Amino acid sequence: MTTRIELRTSPHVVKGTSVERIMFHVVLALLPIATFSVWQYGLSALALIVTVTLACLGGERLFNHLSGQQSTLSDWSATITGLLLALTLPPAFPLWMGAVAGFAAIALGKALFGGIGYNVLNPALVGRAFVQAAFPVAITTWVPAFAPGRFGGFAPTTFTAPLMTPPDLSAWAKSALDGFTGATPLARWKFDNVLATPQDFLSGAVTASAGETSAILILLCGAYLAARKFMDWRIPAAVLGGAALTALLFQMLDPARYPDPLFVLLSGGLMLGAVFMATDMATSPVTPVGVWIYGALIGVVTVMIRYFGGLTEGVMYAILLGNALAPLIDQVTQPRVFGEVKAKSVKAKSVRAKPLKGEKA
Amino acid sequence: MNFLPFFKQNTFARGVHPDAQKSTAGSPIRRMPFASRMILPLVQHIGKPAVPLVRAGEEVVRGQPLARADGFLSVPIHAPADGVIEAIELKPSARGPWVESIVLRVYEGSTQEVRWANPRDIDAMAPAEILQAIQDSGMVGLGGAAFPSHAKLAVPAETKIHTLVVNGCECEPYLTCDHRLMLEYPEDLMTGIRLAMKAVGAERAIIGVEDNKMDAVAAIQAAIEKVGLADGRVTVQAVPTKYPQGAEKMLVKSLLGVEVPAGGLPMHIGVVVNNVGTLALLGSLLPEGCGMTERVVTVTGPGIRKPGDYWVPLGTPMRTVLKWAGVNNANEDAGEREIILGGPMMGQAVASLDVPVTKGVSGILVFDKLRIEDDRKLWPCIKCGECVKACPMGLNPSMLGMLAGRREYEEMGAHYHLGDCFECGCCTYVCPSHIPLVQQFRVAKGILRGKAT
Repeated sequence: MTTRIELRTSPHVVKGTSVERIMFHVVLALLPIATFSVWQYGLSALALIVTVTLACLGGERLFNHLSGQQSTLSDWSATITGLLLALTLPPAFPLWMGAVAGFAAIALGKALFGGIGYNVLNPALVGRAFVQAAFPVAITTWVPAFAPGRFGGFAPTTFTAPLMTPPDLSAWAKSALDGFTGATPLARWKFDNVLATPQDFLSGAVTASAGETSAILILLCGAYLAARKFMDWRIPAAVLGGAALTALLFQMLDPARYPDPLFVLLSGGLMLGAVFMATDMATSPVTPVGVWIYGALIGVVTVMIRYFGGLTEGVMYAILLGNALAPLIDQVTQPRVFGEVKAKSVKAKSVRAKPLKGEKA
Repeated sequence: MNFLPFFKQNTFARGVHPDAQKSTAGSPIRRMPFASRMILPLVQHIGKPAVPLVRAGEEVVRGQPLARADGFLSVPIHAPADGVIEAIELKPSARGPWVESIVLRVYEGSTQEVRWANPRDIDAMAPAEILQAIQDSGMVGLGGAAFPSHAKLAVPAETKIHTLVVNGCECEPYLTCDHRLMLEYPEDLMTGIRLAMKAVGAERAIIGVEDNKMDAVAAIQAAIEKVGLADGRVTVQAVPTKYPQGAEKMLVKSLLGVEVPAGGLPMHIGVVVNNVGTLALLGSLLPEGCGMTERVVTVTGPGIRKPGDYWVPLGTPMRTVLKWAGVNNANEDAGEREIILGGPMMGQAVASLDVPVTKGVSGILVFDKLRIEDDRKLWPCIKCGECVKACPMGLNPSMLGMLAGRREYEEMGAHYHLGDCFECGCCTYVCPSHIPLVQQFRVAKGILRGKAT
């Protein structure tokens, strides 16, 4: 035999998963949500999603080039960042601002730290935090869902020239859908004490960011990822559980002032954040205890910001805070090593053999 | 306090589920013919090399000792066939370095009868005599580690052993040699168990078998009843199929529900673990007073044409084994293969076809080009936590891998329990970034060992 012999060290078989595969399935899981968003908000939302995603991909490629790496576009992670970021923005967000958000997400949230796996904060949320600080008006300017003419044209703000202030939307929005107030359910609860009903949320007929309204769809897509083991189900469970318990506690203290837990779960970006952002692998803990602490922390902080902060929405900062704490959480929740703690008690106790048949115990 | 038996799992935490690939389990063990030339390394076990008793040109008969044990942690070597000693010289070993080996030219016309035997009544033997007889037989652990069997059974006088755990898990994919031994030689296994129990003074023995081998469980149960050990002293128990169920500490946890203290041995909680293959062979050798001259090897893998379990004479060169089992030549032109001694999770790839089958070789796997060519593109760790969910020892391979990348080996040992890693390979198996985690840990452990001495 004159064959070449390969030499490798064990293990010689692998499970066959890869980063690309995981990320690709996350993209797949995000597509229904993006599609629902386009159906809800029309061409403006479509243009925004495409622009932000392209900005992220462009940014990723640029930084690959600058750092002399091979292209990492094929790992799908920049696509995820783009889709997620677009889904957290108001549907009529000016496209140039969306492009800024996308670029900032990759530049400040990912490339600065060294690319995939090394980022400390969720890049999509870094991008959103950036534009929230830079364009405070545009990011709280909402448009109505299911406006009749949504596939006939774009919202006036969508094609704002770069570096220009977008025009005022309220007149257009009112004409697009009668009785549109331009406030999210969270803002209406906070400032007018008006509660949206679960029916409003389930039908998607609420004012919100592009991808936040379809709680059921988000849960379904999340369930798909969890079932295929591309996502850690414990994190969304902990986030939603933490938020619901905190809300329940406050409601028991003062039912007149605080809304019920269901409202807290369904409103704003909590669902999208819990299922798709808090679960970002690179920025969440890896230890079994750590993921529960991390998730619960995000849930509790979200509710705290909503109830007591100046902002109406707190998911973004709660997750960013959780991301920042993740390494510390990992550090203090290292798993118990096999045979470690029990070492002494086992030695003292030892195992007693079962008495033999016929022998007195 | 055992008030919640309902929640008590009879297995260890974490672990992985690789494809079993045990296609050879269905057919009986066959005998491999004698090679024309055998190579017998003087060190086929953990411990000191054996000392040759023969010289070049000397004629030997099958079963005759060729080398004697050098001290306690050493075992003798017996002639696997009638023949003449050609030389005692350096030959390539599986691990790479060339080692002192006895080269035996086999007499082709010989009947190859074992004529070197010393039949005796094993029931009349005292524990110390049993241990001596085991050492004289040259037996080592056949699971792969090749630790001298008598040394494993020799427990210090102050240590009380209550249970002998018999390891019939065979959790490595592809391997079926233990499975076949359990099916075909259950009575030898019982003899071996009785001997081992007597040697360590254990009052009971539990045979743990993975639940993908229920036919072996049934065969053992029948044998237990047949030899009259069914009074509770010897029991067989099925454990969930999960890698690495066959690791000593994992199996003890699965069967007894107790964790062996970190850094300790099963002995420290009154348990001795032995492999079924080892005990079955002991059970057939000791009553006859023979030495170990052959073992069962699973020869399989996508690159093998006649996969199966074979009785292979020790010292048979890999080339002969592969020739006999038939290497798949379909893509000879591509010609890249991986030849692995042992299972695919922990086995050792060999570089030379002149490497012989030694006492610790449980399987020979041949992967062809298709199998080895999967492109394992390396990504940075994305902290998915899969390795943490897989590590049976409860370590944090993600963190250890990061530290290894920064060469902070002391930190790995001091704070992240590197020393508890037994290199099962689960972390590398699951890693989506294809980071060679266990390989890095091996290097790190080697470096730390080097610094310690």
